[in-house]
Amino acid sequence: MTNLVVPQQAAAATRTRPPGEPLLKVEGLVKHFPVRSGLFGAKQHVRAVDGIDFTVDPGETLGVVGESGCGKTTTGRMLVRLLEPTSGKITFEGRDITHMNRSSLRPLRQDMQIIFQDPYSSLNPRHTVGRIVAMPLSVNGIEPAGGVKKRVQELLEIVGLNPEHYNRYPHEFSGGQRQRIGVARALALKPKMIVADEPVSALDVSIQAQVINLLRDLQREFNLAFVFIAHDLAVVRHFCERIAVMYLGKIVEVGSRQQIYEQPSHPYTKALLSAVPDVTKLGASLGRIRLEGDVPTPINPPSGCRFRTRCWKAQDLCAQVEPPLDPKPNGSIAACHFPEVGPLR
Amino acid sequence: MTTPQTAHGGAYLQVRDLRVQFSTEDGVVRAVDGVSFSVDRGQTLGIVGESGSGKSVSSLAVLGLHDPKKSRISGEILVNGRNVVGLDDNELRKLRGRDVAMIFQDPLSSLHPYYTIGKQIVAAYRIHHPNASKSLARKHAIDMLGRVGIPQPAKRIDGYPHEFSGGMRQRAMIAMALVNDPDLLIADEPTTALDVTVQAQILDLIEDLQRDFNAAVILITHDLGVVSQIADDVLVMYAGRVAEYGSAEQVLRQAQHPYTWGLLASVPSLHGDADEDLKPIKGNPPSLINVPPGCAFHPRCRYAMLNGGPCDIEVPQLLPLLATHEPGHTVACHLPERQRKSIYEQDIAAVGVAI
Repeated sequence: MTNLVVPQQAAAATRTRPPGEPLLKVEGLVKHFPVRSGLFGAKQHVRAVDGIDFTVDPGETLGVVGESGCGKTTTGRMLVRLLEPTSGKITFEGRDITHMNRSSLRPLRQDMQIIFQDPYSSLNPRHTVGRIVAMPLSVNGIEPAGGVKKRVQELLEIVGLNPEHYNRYPHEFSGGQRQRIGVARALALKPKMIVADEPVSALDVSIQAQVINLLRDLQREFNLAFVFIAHDLAVVRHFCERIAVMYLGKIVEVGSRQQIYEQPSHPYTKALLSAVPDVTKLGASLGRIRLEGDVPTPINPPSGCRFRTRCWKAQDLCAQVEPPLDPKPNGSIAACHFPEVGPLR
Repeated sequence: MTTPQTAHGGAYLQVRDLRVQFSTEDGVVRAVDGVSFSVDRGQTLGIVGESGSGKSVSSLAVLGLHDPKKSRISGEILVNGRNVVGLDDNELRKLRGRDVAMIFQDPLSSLHPYYTIGKQIVAAYRIHHPNASKSLARKHAIDMLGRVGIPQPAKRIDGYPHEFSGGMRQRAMIAMALVNDPDLLIADEPTTALDVTVQAQILDLIEDLQRDFNAAVILITHDLGVVSQIADDVLVMYAGRVAEYGSAEQVLRQAQHPYTWGLLASVPSLHGDADEDLKPIKGNPPSLINVPPGCAFHPRCRYAMLNGGPCDIEVPQLLPLLATHEPGHTVACHLPERQRKSIYEQDIAAVGVAI
């Protein structure tokens, strides 16, 4: 996967890592969760993430989209090492962090932060906002110039909250404001990359737009790299330059915003886009692709191409040979034997 | 597509000046504050609004699901001409399921985990058909499961809710709602918990079944996209009141209320310039205990008080449009119609989904 890096960013980045290296590199990442059916049942594995590769450059926004159970959240949690990968390799700034222990992880976590989906359960209700936002600083023993309180108030201001609300508790804030608190906490250590796991899906439409705009401003201002995990394709299109589409533990297509949304190569990407109800499609119900059935179980995924059981283009080859992720005529990289050709409509 | 005004008069469901209030320790919550709408058989009304706008509360009132000890309901809810406000429990029980049925957002928490899907559907059927034998009821349930697209219904009927996937559970819920052939189906965020590809299947199913059963459908959602896909009429609610009401074409393509504009401009789209910033509505939805005076939306409205107008004192009435010959399109806003039109063309039409 090649990516254009803005020269300025590249120059800034070379100070800390070898030139030409992406900020984050994921190779053959796998996570299997063991499950047992019944007391004496055979041990099986949920193949939540089953061998994925991608890179993220400094300041780049990578979107990871897919339906529930495709492994996007598991991937995000492995990136920040909240889950231990079964196999594969995660390289951050040229260092292999796949199996780093807790104490060596700590400095790494300063560079890599996560924002969670649910602004209600991800903030400790017994702590004041000041304490929540200051927590990353105190855990890492960082004493910012001018004191912790000043830094926290600065952060609250950056995310659009009143710095005087320092002493309030999470329950005194609305959902959107709580998500801002989560963002302030993630920014406290001046990270280089943020993994955002469905950061706006629990919010009302009008509040969602506020938080998306905030994240976009912060991304530009601090040149943050983002791994933006979401199921909402329109939100991802709005936020991300590059998008990876996941299905059943695998990446099926990676491409630029333009490639994914205007000329997708993988039939699954096409079907996903077609399923999104969009106000601009009012009255035009023709030409929609309807996928049959549900996503198969990740305990026993289909042979060959995993999407073949729901794909209208599937042939014998699809059951026998797993398609590799290859460059396709439309420009993106996709795993399909019979890719789509030409623009979406 | 029918315009709303054709439905008035003999519509199957007519809600007139509905008010629902709850007394709490902190004060009176005005959850629904003077809402009127109507839906006829074969028609779909989409009710759009954010959390706390009163959209669910007004539909629960249609089913008489509010505790009379804790709530005060006034106004009229005419189901097939009969007012259901203040009906006693016995009468309501006869109404629920047979005349009016409901599909809830989360099928896992609205199905009983201890009983099989079949048992629950059979129970729903036999309440209204006390003389039907168990085997007949079971046959009906299997039929229904087949019609909502559950494969091998004769086998799956003995499955438990946890053995069904999210989409299949929602199908089972729809089967249960339709087993008594209701005339009005209320679907409260029926697809919010589902993935997009499954959401598309369920929306198609609701549309198909509505055609087959010739039922009236109320679809409650926060998703303008969902509404645009299946609704004939759209009702936009804010802080317990109606902001705008009209056909889907009118409300989504020629929106007249600043709140509807705000919603349209807030939603990112699959088309248009992705680098353009969204234009969110500032602030947060108000508390329903302490609704702002005048137009409830005025503290968040970008166009409030443009004419030094009465936005902060006087509650705007829901009035029909006069200049643009759009029958059935009503809006509650103090801005003069011509001004709204020019603002829409200049500021709104370019961003978000409002194309």
